[in-house]
Amino acid sequence: MIHVDVRQKRFGDRAVLADIAFALERGETLAIVGPSGIGKSTLLRIVAGLDVAFEGTVSGAHRIGFVFQEPTLLPWRPLLANLMIAHPKAGDGAAREMLAAVGLAGREAELPRQLSLGQQRRLSLARALLGAPELLILDEPFASLDRETHGEMLRLTERLIAEHRPATLLVTHDPGEASRLAGRVGTLAGSPARLEGMT
Amino acid sequence: MNATPLVQGLSIALLLLLWVLVAAQLADPLILPAPGDLIAPFWGELVSGDLLFHLGQTLIRVVWAFGLAMALGLAIGFAMGRSPSLNRWLDPWLVVFLNLPALVLIVLCYLWIGLNETAAIAAVTLNKVPNVVTVIREGARALSPDFDAVARVYRLGWWARLRHIHLPQLAPFIAAASRNGLAVIWKIVLVVELLGRSNGVGFQIHLYFQLFNVGLILVYALSFIAVMLLVEWAVIQPWERAAGRWRQA
Repeated sequence: MIHVDVRQKRFGDRAVLADIAFALERGETLAIVGPSGIGKSTLLRIVAGLDVAFEGTVSGAHRIGFVFQEPTLLPWRPLLANLMIAHPKAGDGAAREMLAAVGLAGREAELPRQLSLGQQRRLSLARALLGAPELLILDEPFASLDRETHGEMLRLTERLIAEHRPATLLVTHDPGEASRLAGRVGTLAGSPARLEGMT
Repeated sequence: MNATPLVQGLSIALLLLLWVLVAAQLADPLILPAPGDLIAPFWGELVSGDLLFHLGQTLIRVVWAFGLAMALGLAIGFAMGRSPSLNRWLDPWLVVFLNLPALVLIVLCYLWIGLNETAAIAAVTLNKVPNVVTVIREGARALSPDFDAVARVYRLGWWARLRHIHLPQLAPFIAAASRNGLAVIWKIVLVVELLGRSNGVGFQIHLYFQLFNVGLILVYALSFIAVMLLVEWAVIQPWERAAGRWRQA
């Protein structure tokens, strides 16, 4: 069980997040929606341990997979190496299987820049899932994709989450994505932003 | 077809032509011998073994000083680029060392350590480290925080971070520091040899300066330039191409 309790997060004198508390079980998906700039990515960075300057606690997530808003693949390393560097203990076979699972079989030796944005997002998802994460964090994973690619990526994400069953935390500005992927949906609103209307 | 080698060849040929014209105009081989006049002294030094011996001695010093300066400069520059507080402390030192004349450092090293190989290499290394630090610090400051986030989320160890995240981003800065470093280091090595060693290209140039033998001074200087160009073409450029191959994919 993953527990998140962010009592306050400030940037200088300005409080940006306050009183955000939730728990996530394995196999459960929580989507957080809210407009741009409300603090969604900040919350994810706190949950992932990338930002520790806040009041509160985050516990229970030791292995984390993170699909960043930008794919943040290592452009100087081939696709297979991008997975293996993040998860050296996973093994070559598992990494190849994961590449195949996201539709990139046979492209192990290519470099990330040879992929489209949609394919880069799929590789980022593969990297996040290869380490069998207890918590999968998805930061606007479908942003800037064309309609067809968006649909494919949504279906792929849905299928892989069902197969691997991590606790999943998704942030998006699209309520449609949220309700399709998540069992629970909350909204970040206000200043400082609070989690409201959790279903 | 790549026209660059042709242009470079023509450029060198033009320089040689200029040399021939000036030598012909001066008409005094003691002041400036023509390129052809250097063949006999070059061959004589080559056959006697002196040229290779002294080139070798200088090359060993260059390799040591280059390796030490790059290693120290990389470590210090990286640390300063990553840590603003360390940078605040060390930046004044950097400014001092950047502005310290090479000759002063050389003389002080010989006075403090003695007229030996350690002092010679230390003097060259200390002269070069601040330049490497300056370049690498800029590279470390420009490292992407996004890739740092990836490294933290996936808990990469320090070696994996260095190898897969930091060094590939620093490669252009390392290449720039290397190229500039090599050019500067061999010139300082010659001064160090001139002042306090009994062998090497710098020592030979000093010797032939006292004998007013411009021909042999040019033979040694040009031979070492050729060696350094070989290192640039055979080592640094191929490494730079390999490190930047992902950009062209």
